[in-house]
Amino acid sequence: MKTETFSYLPPMTAAQVVSQIEYIFREKLIPAIEYTDRLAADKSYWSMWKLPLFGAEKPKDVLAEIEACKTQNPGCYIKVVGYDSIRQGQVLSFVVHRPDQSTA
Amino acid sequence: MTEGAKPQGLFEAGVREYREKGYYDPAYNPKDTDILCAFRVTPSAGVPAEEAAAAVAAESSTGTWTTVWSDLLTNLDRYQARCYHLERVPGEEQQHMAYIAYPLDLFEEGSMGNLTSSIVGNVFGFKALRGLRLEDMRIPVAYLKTFQGPPHGIQVERDLLNKYGRPILGATMKPKLGLSAKNYGRVVYESLRGGLDFTKDDENINSQPFMRWRDRFRFVMEAVRKAEAETGERKGHYLNVTAATMEDTYERAEFAKELGSPIIMIDFLTAGFTAHTSLSKWCRANGVLLHCHRAMHAVIDRQKAHGIHWRVLAKWCRMIGGDHVHNGTVVGKLEGDRTTTIAINDLLREDFIPRDPARGIHFDQEWASLAGMFPVASGGIHVWHIPDLVAIFGDDSVLQFGGGTLGHPWGNAAGATANRVALEAVVQARNEGRNIVAEGPDILLKAASHSPELRTAMDLWKDIKFEFEGVDTLDPVARKP
Repeated sequence: MKTETFSYLPPMTAAQVVSQIEYIFREKLIPAIEYTDRLAADKSYWSMWKLPLFGAEKPKDVLAEIEACKTQNPGCYIKVVGYDSIRQGQVLSFVVHRPDQSTA
Repeated sequence: MTEGAKPQGLFEAGVREYREKGYYDPAYNPKDTDILCAFRVTPSAGVPAEEAAAAVAAESSTGTWTTVWSDLLTNLDRYQARCYHLERVPGEEQQHMAYIAYPLDLFEEGSMGNLTSSIVGNVFGFKALRGLRLEDMRIPVAYLKTFQGPPHGIQVERDLLNKYGRPILGATMKPKLGLSAKNYGRVVYESLRGGLDFTKDDENINSQPFMRWRDRFRFVMEAVRKAEAETGERKGHYLNVTAATMEDTYERAEFAKELGSPIIMIDFLTAGFTAHTSLSKWCRANGVLLHCHRAMHAVIDRQKAHGIHWRVLAKWCRMIGGDHVHNGTVVGKLEGDRTTTIAINDLLREDFIPRDPARGIHFDQEWASLAGMFPVASGGIHVWHIPDLVAIFGDDSVLQFGGGTLGHPWGNAAGATANRVALEAVVQARNEGRNIVAEGPDILLKAASHSPELRTAMDLWKDIKFEFEGVDTLDPVARKP
């Protein structure tokens, strides 16, 4: 099963994940983390990992939350989302962890 | 008639020059509520530019060729259009740019048919002009707010389809004519399972003897569902509901909705503005996305000295509403230079576009929160074009590869995968801060090292370019209003 953006590329390395999170900050988006134990194309909502990371300033802040989410939710898919408060919507999303692959 | 019934010198029958009747008025200061037009005017031999411009204003508003007594029963001053600025087009002996202001009361609310019958009506056949082209139009907020605009817009579509942070990927099904409904559905399924988000009917696929619409809709939607189940991603196919009558069009739209299709399609120019507006409102009311094809546009917009520029047709499309509309590709097989195409992308997507004559934009345009539309790049594009296309179109676009998907040596599922891998690799590289145009070939070659589908597509289309000189070009020097 595919998971939308970047799911046709090889799993990202840790450095590639950092680059994509840097892009979120550069674009002045609000990062957020979501997880699910089951992929379903017809479901719009995954579970939120905490609130969107309004206070995050650096990629390491986001990476730490991804790790915490992974530890507490083994066997889950984890994605990073970018919200744009000006445009009033979600503008970015990519999966950073799949239970069936070893990734960042 | 008795002697005493004659008007006493108030009504002077006869023909007077338009410019003497207030239609040319350089002192006029346009109002915020006026509709403003920039016309490229080529007067006939012996006609002064001021008179030609005044004639355009007159014939597209209140004037006719001779004075009539009933002119005196109204306040023409309130209704007449005025040419308020006129200047020679740099580098053109015969052409002038005439800026004309139309009072808001000339137009019916929310009616594109009315607006166009007035402004691009009889005047385009006027003998005093050798050529007339509508280059741009400023639609005032007061008038804009009487139109619905796109049924859903970019953000709603992204949320409905769960597509974020990259252009949407599509393909037009080929051969465009002659497949049976079941075979056609097969082509759809293969393209979608390979990694496309959308497939599309061609503009002339309606309900011909070889494939009736209802059969097509059924097989296509089965294909969409199967591809969704296998990939775990949301998919769609633009079911073309363009038909002979509005009754037929609605019947097809209703059936598409019943089958759960997220999107339908119409040829917005050949269907006509009124038909299109009705369908656009149906789409908002029924939660179905609307893809607009622009078949016939080049008849109207391609010649520089006569017709209507595509930027104006595109603005009209946003007013009457669609969620996608085709724009040029710059790099593909169809007309449309880079600067003009990017400017029109802005006109389709942004909320405010400032005047910039170097980009062909003659007026500030405020959209007053009418939703934005996805521009669709389609026509003679393939994997090698993806870095340029992402740079030109950005994320909020639909990149549509017909031959560039279906022409893959291993079939269209492989063609779809090749395009999806290339697109994601280019977006990933852009986000990493790389220069995707300069480094495009390297980015693609590296991505191809893990995708044999992409490698094969790159080998096949390596040297295919469409480098012809355009017919419709921007004017050389920036103009002032």
